[in-house]
Amino acid sequence: MEEEKLKITKDPDLLRAENLSKVYISRKGGKFPAVDHVSFSMSHGQTVSIVGESGSGKTTLVRMITRLTDPTEGRVYLGGKEITGLTGKNLKPVYQKMQMVFQDPQGSFDPRKTLGSGIEDVILNFGFPAGYKGDRSRRALKAYARSRCIRLLKRLGLSEDFRTRYPGEVSGGQCQRAAIARALAAEPKLLILDEATSALDVTVQKEVMDLVADLRKETGVGLLMITHDIALASQYSDWIQVMYQGKIVEEGETGEVICHPKDAYTRRLMDSVL
Amino acid sequence: MKFVGKRLLQLIPILLAITFLSFAMMRIAGSDAVEEMYTARGTVVSDEVMQEKREELGLDRSFMVQYGSWLLGILHGDMGKSYVSGKDVFGSFLSKLPATLLLAAFSLGLTVLISIPIGILAAVRQGRLTDKILRASSFLGNAMPGFFVAMVLMQILGLKLKLFPVISTGVNLRSAVLPGLTLSISMTAKYLRQVRAAVLEELNKDYIRGLKARGISNRVILWKNVMRSASLSIITLLALSAGSLLGGTAIIESIFMWDGVGKLAVDAISMRDYPMILAYVMWMAIIFVLVNLATDIIYHFMDPRIRLGEEEEG
Repeated sequence: MEEEKLKITKDPDLLRAENLSKVYISRKGGKFPAVDHVSFSMSHGQTVSIVGESGSGKTTLVRMITRLTDPTEGRVYLGGKEITGLTGKNLKPVYQKMQMVFQDPQGSFDPRKTLGSGIEDVILNFGFPAGYKGDRSRRALKAYARSRCIRLLKRLGLSEDFRTRYPGEVSGGQCQRAAIARALAAEPKLLILDEATSALDVTVQKEVMDLVADLRKETGVGLLMITHDIALASQYSDWIQVMYQGKIVEEGETGEVICHPKDAYTRRLMDSVL
Repeated sequence: MKFVGKRLLQLIPILLAITFLSFAMMRIAGSDAVEEMYTARGTVVSDEVMQEKREELGLDRSFMVQYGSWLLGILHGDMGKSYVSGKDVFGSFLSKLPATLLLAAFSLGLTVLISIPIGILAAVRQGRLTDKILRASSFLGNAMPGFFVAMVLMQILGLKLKLFPVISTGVNLRSAVLPGLTLSISMTAKYLRQVRAAVLEELNKDYIRGLKARGISNRVILWKNVMRSASLSIITLLALSAGSLLGGTAIIESIFMWDGVGKLAVDAISMRDYPMILAYVMWMAIIFVLVNLATDIIYHFMDPRIRLGEEEEG
């Protein structure tokens, strides 16, 4: 029933944003456009980065894509189905396909629950994977969630005992690995990393990103990276979109944007890392 | 268990300090307990009779001797006799406890039942009409003094509708309704805002945003995550209120002629009935230490960060 409510289009793309805008209205009635008519699309398995400084509108854009904020204008399609107007239970299949990893790893976990519980809650929420054969009771689901949680933790380089640890007991890097495991627990088609490594030190950042890149190759998950770090984006993305003052000012294949930046703002971003 | 034992041992110096200070303050206050006692009885007696009475009660002895003798009595389970009634202090105090316990339980129960659901409702409907109405009601409830609420309730529920007795007819639930309601109206007004603030604070945390972005339903987020965290702030509030309520609520008890420890304490203070005052002070100290201990134990089980902190310290 929930699937029926999704509007089917012929769009084969993994994600497509059409003319997305978000205008905030101040108390005095002034209009502040955080995102201004942004359109882009990405395919299955592709890695796209949205690069920009703080306040450029990239987080607002992601919040609209993930349906955490309603756009003032525009539409979002996931796997060819429009998700813009969906609310409540109708969003559940959307979130199974699209998961997010946030900037603050510790803050993204409930401090009163173990890391394992956070990961298993996702599996319990979405149930058995499609095509699962065998006992489908609640007890079997819990056992499945537990074993899958351990497998995911191990895949992310964390031992089984991390399952019973609390977010406050592990380092930022370990917590972010657990957050990635949690996002992958839903077996998404699209993984959104919102400044996911910016709170980590450089060596841990590289470890985590290398791991994510490997996982992308293994699972074919599409990656949408939101970052202020154009160097990081250039290392891991196929496509870069530069955002400035709510607009995409430049986009293109990574090599092209990095080697021949056309926009002055992109050049400034490049100069800042060189 | 080690933690509980440690906290109970801490009760000993607290009780010693509190009783000593109370004893000292009553001395500093300067008035004569014997004189107060005869004045209250409306009897005029000679100085010799008063002196004899002072000697009988041991009030002619030095401060430290008096305190030491009282302390020794306590260790033998004797809290002394009331200067006013001459009755055993422990027995008199114990006889007032059921009334206080009933009123405290009734008003606190009512407060929790009303304030928590509407506090949550105000938080999830933040900025909407429901929230505005609830906040305005909370403001009104906070602004009205207890005696005024008592009078309004007496007038409407007691005199006009004749649903509940205006003056207590004994320690029973029916008589407890009006004083209990009076107490819970102001507490509910206060709690509503606190519950709302605690739920809102939790709702705005990053991990809640994450839960939403993982497709967890709002109902599950509210009950499994938000309420679990917000309940810690609510428990702290409840503990403080429980402490005050168990210490009696003198004004409300006097208005409704509710025979609890609050009224007993006020009477004892006005009559300089030292043994009774000290019994009350000890009761308050024990109550607050025990309530705080219960709160710490609940925190210990509900919040792993506190548990982990203790383990690290240990």
